Amino acid sequence: MEAIILQILNGLDKGSAYALIALGLTLIFGTLGVVNFAHGALFMLGAFVAVTVNRVLNLSFETVDATRTDFLGRPLVVDTPYVEAWFGPEMGGAIIDWAVPLAVIAAIPIMAIFGVIVERGLIKHFYKRPHADQILVTFGLAIVLQEVIKAFYGANPIPTPAPEIFVGSFDFGALLGFEPFSIMYPYWRLVYFGFSAVVVAAVFAFLQFTTFGMVVRAGMADRETVGLLGIDIDRRFVIMFAIAAVVAGLAGVMYTPILSPNYHMGMDFLVLSFVVVVVGGMGSLGGAVAAGFMLGILQSFASMSVIIEFLPGINQVVIYLIAVVVLLIRPRGLMGRKGVMED
Amino acid sequence: MLGLKKADRRLFLIVAFLVIFAPFLLNPFPEWAGMAQFNAGYPDLMQKLVIFGIFAVGYNILFGLTGYLSFGHAAFLGVGSYAGVWMMKLLSMNVIPALIVSVIAAGLFSLLIGYVSLRRSGIYFSILTLAFAQMCYSLAYSVLTPITGGETGLTLSQDDPRILGVAQGADGNIPPPNVFGLNMGQSIDWAVGGWSFTFNAGYYLCGIVMLGAFYLAVRIFRSPFGLMLRAIKSNQTRMSYTGLNPRPYALAAFVISGMYAGLAGGLMVAMDPLAGAERMLWTASGEVVLMTILGGAGTLIGPILGAGLIAYLESIISTINDNIMHGWFSALPMWLDTTLVTLLHPFIGKGWHLTLGLVFMAVVIFLPGGIVQGGKLLAGLFRRKKPADTNATSATSGE
Repeated sequence: MEAIILQILNGLDKGSAYALIALGLTLIFGTLGVVNFAHGALFMLGAFVAVTVNRVLNLSFETVDATRTDFLGRPLVVDTPYVEAWFGPEMGGAIIDWAVPLAVIAAIPIMAIFGVIVERGLIKHFYKRPHADQILVTFGLAIVLQEVIKAFYGANPIPTPAPEIFVGSFDFGALLGFEPFSIMYPYWRLVYFGFSAVVVAAVFAFLQFTTFGMVVRAGMADRETVGLLGIDIDRRFVIMFAIAAVVAGLAGVMYTPILSPNYHMGMDFLVLSFVVVVVGGMGSLGGAVAAGFMLGILQSFASMSVIIEFLPGINQVVIYLIAVVVLLIRPRGLMGRKGVMED
Repeated sequence: MLGLKKADRRLFLIVAFLVIFAPFLLNPFPEWAGMAQFNAGYPDLMQKLVIFGIFAVGYNILFGLTGYLSFGHAAFLGVGSYAGVWMMKLLSMNVIPALIVSVIAAGLFSLLIGYVSLRRSGIYFSILTLAFAQMCYSLAYSVLTPITGGETGLTLSQDDPRILGVAQGADGNIPPPNVFGLNMGQSIDWAVGGWSFTFNAGYYLCGIVMLGAFYLAVRIFRSPFGLMLRAIKSNQTRMSYTGLNPRPYALAAFVISGMYAGLAGGLMVAMDPLAGAERMLWTASGEVVLMTILGGAGTLIGPILGAGLIAYLESIISTINDNIMHGWFSALPMWLDTTLVTLLHPFIGKGWHLTLGLVFMAVVIFLPGGIVQGGKLLAGLFRRKKPADTNATSATSGE
C-alpha cells in the first residue's frame, strides 16, 4: 500500500508537467488548428526565464573587507548581490532565495509577449497550409530557439534551487497512518502539483466563466459561424496562443528545481506531451489534463523494481505503448470529440 | 535505354555523372588556395553524402508520393545498422550479405510498424511513428543491450565467430569490411598540380548502390504503382470511391522507404562497422525530413540535392571558425572585419544547427517546394516565356 501511494505521488509532478504542456498544445490546436512542435521549446524558455531571474538577482558587486583575509593572507573580497545592498541582507537574501517563484511573475509577461510575436510573425501564415507544413515550420522554430538558448547558456544543465523552506521532504507516512518515513515526498514537488492544479483550474475557469472564454469555446466548436456573427475570432485566438505559451512557460519555470534546465529539455518533454495529447484526445482540454496525470502516474508505476523485473524495459516504453494501444482501440483518444482532426 | 523516358534518362545520367566524378567535382580548389576549406572530396564526407542521399530518396517515396509524414524513419536506419554489424559478426566481413540482411531486417520491421501506424493518417500517423521510433530508441539503450550494445554501441570484436570468413586476420586484427577481398577503406590518391584526388573503394560501392536505388526510385515514380501513391496524397476518399483500397499501397510505400533506410544503415556500417542507438533518435528522423523538404519533396532529384547539401554544409560550416573568417575578410577595413565576424560567429562552428534551423524555416515558409521549386522559379525568370511558362511550371510540378 505504501509503495502504491508513493508511486502515485511520484507520478504527480511529471504528470503535472505533461498536463500543463499538453493543455497548452490542445489550446493551440483547438483554437488555431495548428500543430505546434515548438511547444516544448516554450516550456524550455520558461525554465530559462527562471535561470535568468536567478542570475539577475545574484548580480553582485565586489567590496574588499579589510578586517578579514582569505587563505592567501590577502584582504578578503566579498561579493554582495545588489539586491542585498538595496534591501538589506535579510530581505535581499530572501528575495534571492525565492528566485524561482519570483520568476513566475517575470515569466507571465515575457511568455505572453513572445507568444504574440510567434503567432503574429509566423504561425498566422500557416493557418491554411497543410498540417505537415505546420509541423515542419514549428519544428524548425524549435531547433532555432533551442540553439539560441544553447549559444547563450551553454549546453550543460544549470541547477536552479527552490526556496530554502521547500528543501526536504514531507512525511506522508505519518499523516496517513502508516509507518513514519515510509512515504517521503519532497515539498517542492507538492508545490509543483498544487501550482499546476491552480493553473489548470484558472485556465478552465477563464474559458468557462468569462465572456471571452465563451467566445473562444464557440470558436473552437465552429469558427466560421462565430466569424459570421461579426466577432473577430482571430484576435481572440492570438490571445489564446499567448495564454498557451504562458502556461507552458510557467510549467517550465516551476520545474527548474526538479530538473536542472538544459537546452534540449523541451524536446524531451515535447514528444511525451504529444503522446499525452493524442491519448487524451485532440482538442479535448479535459482529456489532455487527465491523460497527462494518468501517463505520469503509469510511468512511475512502471519504474517500480517489481514491475521492471517482470517486464524489463517497460518503464522506458510504457507511455508509447499506451499511446499505440489507445490510438488503435479508440482512434479519437480517451475524450476526443467527433469531427476534430479527423483527417 | 533502361526502360526510362528521355527526360528521366537524362536525369539519371546526370546523377550518375555526379556520383562517378564526385572526387573531382567536390575538390575544385587546389590545396594551397584559401578556398580549400570548401573542398569536400575526402572519402568520409563523400560516403556520407551518398548514403544520406539513399536515405532521403527512400523517404521521398513515402512522404513525397503519399504525403504521409513519418517521424520515425531513423528507427529503420538503426535496425539496418544493427543487422549489418551482426552479419559482420556472425558471417563474414564481406559487406554484401550484411547489406542484404540490413535491407530485409529493416523491411520486416517497417512492415510491422507500418501495419500499425497506417491505420491512422495525418498528424496521428506522424505521432504514432514518432512513438514507435522513440520506443525503439529507448529499448536499444536499455533492455536490448545484449543485442544493441547499449550506450557503447555495437562493435566488432576479435572473438566473433564469422563462420564464412576469418575471425582474425593474419596480424591478429579484425579484418576490414570488404567486397570479395576489396577493402572498403582502400583509396587511390592521384596528385595533379595542387590538387589531390582520392578515389575510395567504399565510396564507389556506395555510389553504385545509390545509382541502383535511384534507378529503382525513378521506376517507382513512373510506374502505375507510383500513380496510386500519388492518388493517396491528392485524395484518399476519391481513391477508395473508385474501388481501390489505399492502405496496401501506402503500406508498400512505407516498407519500401523503410528498406531504403535499412540499406542506408547497412552502408553506414559497411563503411565504419559501428552501430549506436543515437542513430535512431527522433532528431535523426527529423534530419531526413529536412533533407527531403529542402531538396523538394515529391521530386526525383530533390532529396539527393537536399541530402547532399545538408551533409556538405554540416561538415563545412562546423569546421569554420573565427580565425578562418578573419582570413576571408582580411581585405576589408578592420572595423568591418570585426563586425562581420562577430555577426557571423553564432552561425558557424558549433552554431551549425542554428543555421540549419533558420534555413529550414526559410525554406518551409518561402519555398515549400524546396530547391527544385527555387530552380524552376529562377529558370522561369530567365526564360521570360509568359503564357507558356505558367503551363510548363504547373505541368512539371508533379515531377
